[in-house]
Amino acid sequence: MSSFINKYNKDYYGGGLMLVLGLAAACQGASYKVGSLIRMGPGFFPVALGVLLALTGAAILLGAKSAIKPGEDKQLPSEWRGWSCITLSLVAFVALGKYGGLLPATFAITFIAAMGDRKNTILSALMLAAAMSVIAVVVFWWALHMQFPLFRWG
Amino acid sequence: MIGQSITDLMHGFGVALELHNLMWSFFGVLIGNLIGVLPGMGALSAISMLLPLTYTMHPIPAILMLAGIFYGSQYGGAIGAILLNLPCHPPHAVTCLDGYPLTRQGKGGTALGITMISSFFAASFGIIVMIFASPLLVSIAFKFGPTEIFAIMLLGLLCGGTMARGSPLKGVAMTIIGLLIGIVGTDVNSGTARFDFGLIELSDKIELVALALGLFGVTEFLRSVNRMEAVGTGSKVRMRDMRPSKAEMKQAFFPMVRGTLIGTMFGAMPGTGPTITTFIAYAFERKISKTPERFGHGAIEGVAAPEAASHSKTQVDFIPTMSLGIPGDAVMALILGALLIQGIQPGPQLITEHADLFWGLIASFWIGNVLLVILNVPLMGVWVRLLQVPYRFLYPSALFFIAVGVYSTNNSLFEIGEVLVFGLVGALFVILDFPVAPILLGYVLGPMVEENFRRAMLLSRGDMMVFIEKPISAAFITLCALLVLTQVFFAFRAALRKRREQAMPV
Repeated sequence: MSSFINKYNKDYYGGGLMLVLGLAAACQGASYKVGSLIRMGPGFFPVALGVLLALTGAAILLGAKSAIKPGEDKQLPSEWRGWSCITLSLVAFVALGKYGGLLPATFAITFIAAMGDRKNTILSALMLAAAMSVIAVVVFWWALHMQFPLFRWG
Repeated sequence: MIGQSITDLMHGFGVALELHNLMWSFFGVLIGNLIGVLPGMGALSAISMLLPLTYTMHPIPAILMLAGIFYGSQYGGAIGAILLNLPCHPPHAVTCLDGYPLTRQGKGGTALGITMISSFFAASFGIIVMIFASPLLVSIAFKFGPTEIFAIMLLGLLCGGTMARGSPLKGVAMTIIGLLIGIVGTDVNSGTARFDFGLIELSDKIELVALALGLFGVTEFLRSVNRMEAVGTGSKVRMRDMRPSKAEMKQAFFPMVRGTLIGTMFGAMPGTGPTITTFIAYAFERKISKTPERFGHGAIEGVAAPEAASHSKTQVDFIPTMSLGIPGDAVMALILGALLIQGIQPGPQLITEHADLFWGLIASFWIGNVLLVILNVPLMGVWVRLLQVPYRFLYPSALFFIAVGVYSTNNSLFEIGEVLVFGLVGALFVILDFPVAPILLGYVLGPMVEENFRRAMLLSRGDMMVFIEKPISAAFITLCALLVLTQVFFAFRAALRKRREQAMPV
């Protein structure tokens, strides 16, 4: 992804993104009551901000051409393994927290996240996850009485 | 009036020295120092991870603890910067320049000692400034209506956006994104749920902790996973090494004073981050030095000046944050958010209405700095060992603490999802070279900006001219205009220069 971004100027994407976000916010804001300056409705501020953001995005787009600075680009390579493991670990925590309880959720988030680092072996990740599970039980469940059952079904 | 401040400060010391307050302050400093030392963790992640803990606490110990975490982690960050060349918190990037060469010369302990002395000196100076400045603020406090508050907040937002690293336009865009995130939830005036995407969980508002941990926790991990270089240091720092010699003290004294003054100046300016302050202090020191070539090769002045600047700035930064409700940077925005959660409205009335909190906080800064010195002398060995915790163990554990911390704020798993979303969005912004810190600033100020703008318009019957008719708000609006004009001027000049360079091929 980053090599793809590098080929074109990043500011085209950044400015474009801001433009789209601004317009979307303004459109959504317009669906609430906008009102007038004297009696502002709930939509006034969102619309104003959306328009401002879109304008800023447009300005970034306009300046994008001159923003290229050759030699200054030191884009790091993509890191799909780390990225997906971190994302998955949080998803796993939410899913297992809902359908499994604190203990499995803790184990999953630490283990999956640890597997994102290339230097971690399965064994070291397991050990880390086990250590965190102990902390979860002792500190959060036993000492702090967190409202989160250790195990639950559905 | 100043006599009154001194009496209040004495009272503040009484508050801060109460046993349970002192305990929380100590706890904050210790934890802050601990987290600050860990590679890849800065003040922002430390404060946002511990923010949920304060929700059930009384406001005073809560704020004292958060402030303790803040300066504790700032100091912890300096340890990493000096001993390992690892700037965990951006303001310490400058400290690395001369701190690390000093370590390689075997004088890391001295550099740490100088850092400690500088920060203590700077914090003490900052307290004196606050004693003089706060009565002034109290005397003009009653003149601040919604019009003035909106004007000054606009200035704060503009400063926060344009002075962040990178392009000012991008900073402004991020500030607006933050303001939009602040809108999510039910509008207090009409009860309309805005930007809730049909999700019942979003009809309240976005949780500060979820936003902060997403942007400064998860984004940071996404950015540095597998990229954090393993660091091994053979440097051993003993207590004895930390005491600088008389000659070194003499060498560091004036840079320390100048750094403090620079920090104080910038602290009073809302929206200027600590990073710029430290860079300016360093550049200034190098400029006036008789031997500028020593800088970057272990000049003790290059450690003393920026560290003093960042600490006095931190101290003085509490003035606009607490008395005007305008945070200087993202860390202050977090502390402001914590105040709001505690039901304390920062503003000109805060100093008089919550005198014990305001002065207790100031006093606790001083006490906290003493605690920091006492703590760090025996614990230095532990910190050095902590620095070597490999990142591959660190970030999975931190992710777990983030998840549990966010869950505990409202016992809701949904907010962990928010953390993930903000983390991914933040990472996208970082890839596109947008600064993420202004988002937090916008988010915290957003509801207040809207409320005050609405009120001002209601009072003036929709007349926008009111902002330049009232003298105080006119002054702030003028400053805003000047800020925008200078930015436009710089952008224009840079474009012109580039065109000239292209016209004349080298």
